[in-house]
Amino acid sequence: MNHKYIPHTDKDIQKMLEKIKEPNIQALFKEIPEEVKLKRDYHLNTGLSESEVSKTLKALSNMDKNDLIHFVGAGSYDHYIPTIIHHITSRSEFYTAYTPYQPEVSQGTLQYIFEFQTMMTELTNMDVCNASMYDGATSCAESIMMAVSKTRRNKVLVSSQLHPHTIETIKTYGHFNGYEIELLENKQGIVDEVELENKLTKEVACVVVSHPNFFGLIEDPSDYIDKIHENKSLLIMNVNPLSLGLLKTPGEIGCDIVCGEAQPLGIPLSYGGPYLGFICTTKKLMRKIPGRVVGQTTDVEGKRAFVLTLQAREQHIRREKANSNICSNQSLNALAATVYMATMGKKGIVEVCEQNVKKAHYAYQKITSLPQFEKVFDTPFFNEFVVKTNINYKKVKDALLKENMVAGLHLGDYDTRYNNHILFCVTEKRTKDEIDKLIQVLGGLTV
Amino acid sequence: MRQYDKLIFELSKENRKGYSVPPLEFDSIQIKDVIPEKFLRNNENALPEVSENDIMRHYVNISNKNYGVDTGFYPLGSCTMKYNPKINEDMAPLFQSIHPYQDELTSQGALKLMYELNHQLAEITGMAKVSSTPFAGAHGELVGLMIMKAYHEKNNDFKRTKVIVPDSAHGTNPASASVAGFDVVEIKSNEDGTVNIASLKNALNDEIAGIMLTNPNTLGIFEKDIVTITKLVHEAGGLLYYDGANLNAIMGEARPGDMGFDIIHLNLHKTFSTPHGGGGPGSGPVGVCEKLAKFLPKPDIAYDDGIYRLKHDLPDSIGRVGNFFGNFGVMVKAYTYILTMGKEGLKHASQMAVLNANYLQKLLKEDYVLPIEDICKHEFVLGGLKDKSTGVTTLDIAKTLLDHGYHAPTIYFPLIVDEAMMIEPTETESIEMLDEFVTVMKKIAKLAKEDPGYLKNAPYHTPVRRLDEATAARNPILKYQKENDE
Amino acid sequence: MKVIEGLYYSEEHEWVKVVDGKAYIGITEYAAHALGDIVFVELPEVDIDYDKDETIGVIESVKAASDMFTPVSGTVVEVNEALEDEPQLLNEDPFENYIAVIELSDINELDDLMDSEAYKNFCEE
Repeated sequence: MNHKYIPHTDKDIQKMLEKIKEPNIQALFKEIPEEVKLKRDYHLNTGLSESEVSKTLKALSNMDKNDLIHFVGAGSYDHYIPTIIHHITSRSEFYTAYTPYQPEVSQGTLQYIFEFQTMMTELTNMDVCNASMYDGATSCAESIMMAVSKTRRNKVLVSSQLHPHTIETIKTYGHFNGYEIELLENKQGIVDEVELENKLTKEVACVVVSHPNFFGLIEDPSDYIDKIHENKSLLIMNVNPLSLGLLKTPGEIGCDIVCGEAQPLGIPLSYGGPYLGFICTTKKLMRKIPGRVVGQTTDVEGKRAFVLTLQAREQHIRREKANSNICSNQSLNALAATVYMATMGKKGIVEVCEQNVKKAHYAYQKITSLPQFEKVFDTPFFNEFVVKTNINYKKVKDALLKENMVAGLHLGDYDTRYNNHILFCVTEKRTKDEIDKLIQVLGGLTV
Repeated sequence: MRQYDKLIFELSKENRKGYSVPPLEFDSIQIKDVIPEKFLRNNENALPEVSENDIMRHYVNISNKNYGVDTGFYPLGSCTMKYNPKINEDMAPLFQSIHPYQDELTSQGALKLMYELNHQLAEITGMAKVSSTPFAGAHGELVGLMIMKAYHEKNNDFKRTKVIVPDSAHGTNPASASVAGFDVVEIKSNEDGTVNIASLKNALNDEIAGIMLTNPNTLGIFEKDIVTITKLVHEAGGLLYYDGANLNAIMGEARPGDMGFDIIHLNLHKTFSTPHGGGGPGSGPVGVCEKLAKFLPKPDIAYDDGIYRLKHDLPDSIGRVGNFFGNFGVMVKAYTYILTMGKEGLKHASQMAVLNANYLQKLLKEDYVLPIEDICKHEFVLGGLKDKSTGVTTLDIAKTLLDHGYHAPTIYFPLIVDEAMMIEPTETESIEMLDEFVTVMKKIAKLAKEDPGYLKNAPYHTPVRRLDEATAARNPILKYQKENDE
Repeated sequence: MKVIEGLYYSEEHEWVKVVDGKAYIGITEYAAHALGDIVFVELPEVDIDYDKDETIGVIESVKAASDMFTPVSGTVVEVNEALEDEPQLLNEDPFENYIAVIELSDINELDDLMDSEAYKNFCEE
């Protein structure tokens, strides 16, 4: 057969078989034992033409609602994405390359990762960043394993205001890897310092706090970080890096390890992935960081160049002694985030943050002044907030969907104590009209 | 073309901008009124200030210093650097504006796609059920090993704390086993990288949870004794794990499920043509046999009464392994590929991949050491130059290839072959490309005799030359610092 | 390959020099050469007790990492902090640059180690 992705003509095949002295293609598979040979065709479609494929995928896409107005966030945020990003990530010099093992012909990849690392350390005020991780949840699990390895302790105190999926993920990792998780209850939606202090025993490797947390609230560990360090434990902060254009940074707080989901930095919603995890840390912990790290060096002519470095930490050298098995990064998404940060720049990132805060608070004030909705927490927040209502969630959701809007997340689905609590998100992308429409629909609801 | 050597930070100028955020439309809210100052950042960030044109030119210029599959031949063994079809790239954005929390009834297309992809992959591998949740190959391995452990735990069999890994395995295998909480037992392989049955028998006991294998193995050789191996491991109460790195060799010919494997992972970015993206995002679906299906990670996708739904209530599942459902955008590309190839296309792809590898092996063995004289599958391993007297190493050959416009093969892996060069041409390369590559490899072999010093200092014509990796690791510079800052 | 007389040697290619009941421990030229360009040395912590053959640190080169095992039991009383900034000293002169000093808890353990002649033969095997 001939196929557009496979260049072999029948004559080519004949010529090649002659060269290797085999009678036919089947002879190339002769050592496969009879009993495991597949003696039938796959039960799959026959190959489709390009226009058929395109039609099929468009039909699938049309089964989705692609033009909804999102007032939900909870780990996946609908921000404005500058057009320039996809023009750059679509360059096949970037997207068809492998991990930059041969630095002489991979300077493009290596340089943008170096720029990514730099920009992420700018946002977090940390010393070092890795080349990125799979997503926010796994970056949190990897950070915990890093802290467990560094402290040689086994217990992990985790704020219950991490994203519930992140908590589930680190529990999965912990169950198999062997670290033990204890959850910290909240007070006014944030970490309760007294409870933390009581649980801070000598077995505690690290304390994990989310900032802003799952409820959108600002967590500031400044008041208790000294207690964590006095106990020779580490502080891990799981952050939304975008918010750090405005909010107090982990570096300012004195945090040891920062992880999180960098999807808000120019990565599309894309039904939950691919996203962009990352880990930043201090110079002291630099050699414990998992994943790829790019460093600056020179070539034999003294020219500035970039290279994968600190490789002795990694699985291909340490094998079973490595702290992490990760051997890739979300490189192309790190490129998208790099272009996003370059595009927004020093001032734009602050402006975006301020707009998130202002638009979210505008919506919050209007919604909580409706008789059907009430405030829940009295703690400052970024671009997400929780409100409580007597109206059935499904009713809220359906009413909004009728207007092409997606309601906030129902927290009762994760914790029955929060039945009828809704977590709304308002980003800079929402217009005043959209927000006013949201309020109008919510205001028209009856129990 | 001019030599471009700037970092984006070096283009920055105060008050230049590349962005336009939506308008605010109201001024009733002030930051200081809603967030107390102590919660605000107290220093300025130093992100660059650049125009849109600055950014575009900068990244186009640095992209020119990269080598991708679209640049040329990329025979990187075990990485399956096949052509990345362009329609895949065009289809993924059709799904990029859906939110993982929007109602299932408004994301039926995406759910259907994942559901069907999982079934296609199950059929291709002969497994009972597949989950595409894992983000990458190494993540798939980890998830697969978690399933292995969960199975033994469910049977109250807590003795099984060890996993067997052959010494020819990729470093990720032992690392994944260790992260999943297993101890690693390494067994020696035969010279051709196949499992040594005697050492396997020796290692098997009631503490062994399972074994991790690839088939064909890292030397590109098919495990002829696979049926014996699976029987031995199963009789000893263990499970067999299949590393799908090498699936491109056997599509349409044999399936890991039929060989007796219990758990597998695949790399959509290898076999199923999704781009490697300079290191990711990839996707590492996990497939299991019937008895392990209930342990697959959350969430599952169910199809009932004409509606696709996410299922979270799975009591025996190992749990969640990431925030949402995996690298969905990558799944769209793999699904597009499978539709394009169809059953006969996938089989043809493996056949031509194997033909290409055998053709190259035959032509290269005249000048290079071929440790295993046998039919290979989709890749093969050479042991450097036949003539060892020149002092020219595999590294030197790799660097010289870069000068000739090729990417280098995988080098110094597998560890069981000295001076290893692992070559995987893939099915998307033509006979002309392979012949040209052979010509260059022969030229290098000749040069090694005539002027080894020249090869020792290659490359000469790449954007940068050999790097000082030792200094980079001794005194790491991991972020940009203005020169006068230090 | 250089081997110095009067020192004790382990099969892990470490040398031990005993001065006033304290054991200076380093790696041999053979080990340094096998590792290649050494880029980082993870030193043990002072005042910690180690048993013979326990891991006391890690030596990293560009393309390898090797655990360092103490050939004798005792308390670490000193580490060579110069290696933190200049790990390459181990390549330049491995016998001049010790890694850690251990206060010996059992001097008899030295009998299990090789002398220079035995070590030379060991390397040749």
